[in-house]
Amino acid sequence: MIQITINGQSQQFETPINIIQLIDHLSLHGKRIAIERNGEIVPRSQFSAQMLCHGDQLEVVVAVGGG
Amino acid sequence: MDDLVIAGKTYASRLLVGTGKYKDFQQTLEAVETSGAEIITVAIRRTNIGQNAGEPNLLDVLSPSKYTLLPNTAGCYTVDDAVRTLRLARELLDGHSLVKLEVLGDPKTLFPNVVETLKAAEILIKEDFQVMVYTSDDPILAKQLEDLGCVAIMPLASLIGSGMGILNPWNLQIIIDNAKVPVIVDAGVGTASDATIAMELGCDGVLMNTAIAAAQNPVLMASAMRKAVESGREAFLAGRMAKKLYSASPSSPVEGIISQAKTIKRLD
Repeated sequence: MIQITINGQSQQFETPINIIQLIDHLSLHGKRIAIERNGEIVPRSQFSAQMLCHGDQLEVVVAVGGG
Repeated sequence: MDDLVIAGKTYASRLLVGTGKYKDFQQTLEAVETSGAEIITVAIRRTNIGQNAGEPNLLDVLSPSKYTLLPNTAGCYTVDDAVRTLRLARELLDGHSLVKLEVLGDPKTLFPNVVETLKAAEILIKEDFQVMVYTSDDPILAKQLEDLGCVAIMPLASLIGSGMGILNPWNLQIIIDNAKVPVIVDAGVGTASDATIAMELGCDGVLMNTAIAAAQNPVLMASAMRKAVESGREAFLAGRMAKKLYSASPSSPVEGIISQAKTIKRLD
């Protein structure tokens, strides 16, 4: 069991997952998003390579209207 | 052509607009298109997790291939939050490095925290961001931000979203006179004449959001703002006449008037 904090919300996963799998799990596949993991940007090219670890802090962002 | 050049890139429009506070994406798009703006600010926010999966995305409406998107750090009160937000923005926008930095100091006035703004600007410039920076109308600070390598200085005209207009044209004038990079009034414009006044002062551009989005008819106000910025720019380039204090100058010939009155005394 691993526990990950995504955008401030805690989520638990039974098995280890990579970031691509997380994106699918969150129904964000194909969306324009960017991800930060523990304060570091995760380039899109590394989404499948990076396995998430217990205690990871993720930020998943989009562009929204703003001034 | 009288183009605006920021970080080596040329823009025909001197009006920059935000995309917040609109009724929906359709109205956002209509206002942006009508404004003629090429540089469009966007904010970076956490995506909804597990909700509204089918929700439309702003970038589907405002294509990054058509507009120069300017991600901002609105809502950031620390160097760390601002820098992290723009790193995420650069990743989100495929390496796009032109950004709007603002580090706020107070939620009531949204005044910038200029000390933290300087620190954040320095970090971002070292990381090869092209930083357009929101700041107060302090000419010394504006110069320091320029010296750090900011590609545009964006002083407030009055508080963000206040619509109070150009409150200190004298400070703006000093900033404009001293700057070698574009000076863009950012924040405080309320109506078309405010934008014109900013441009007549010699600003290189005006950035606004609420003045358009909160108008009764945003699309019509977008049109007004486009004209106002163009008018102000042309008036600045044309060079206004000198003001004559307390003394009129007739526009029509003073000779050949049919009046028989021979002597009309001047006030002096």
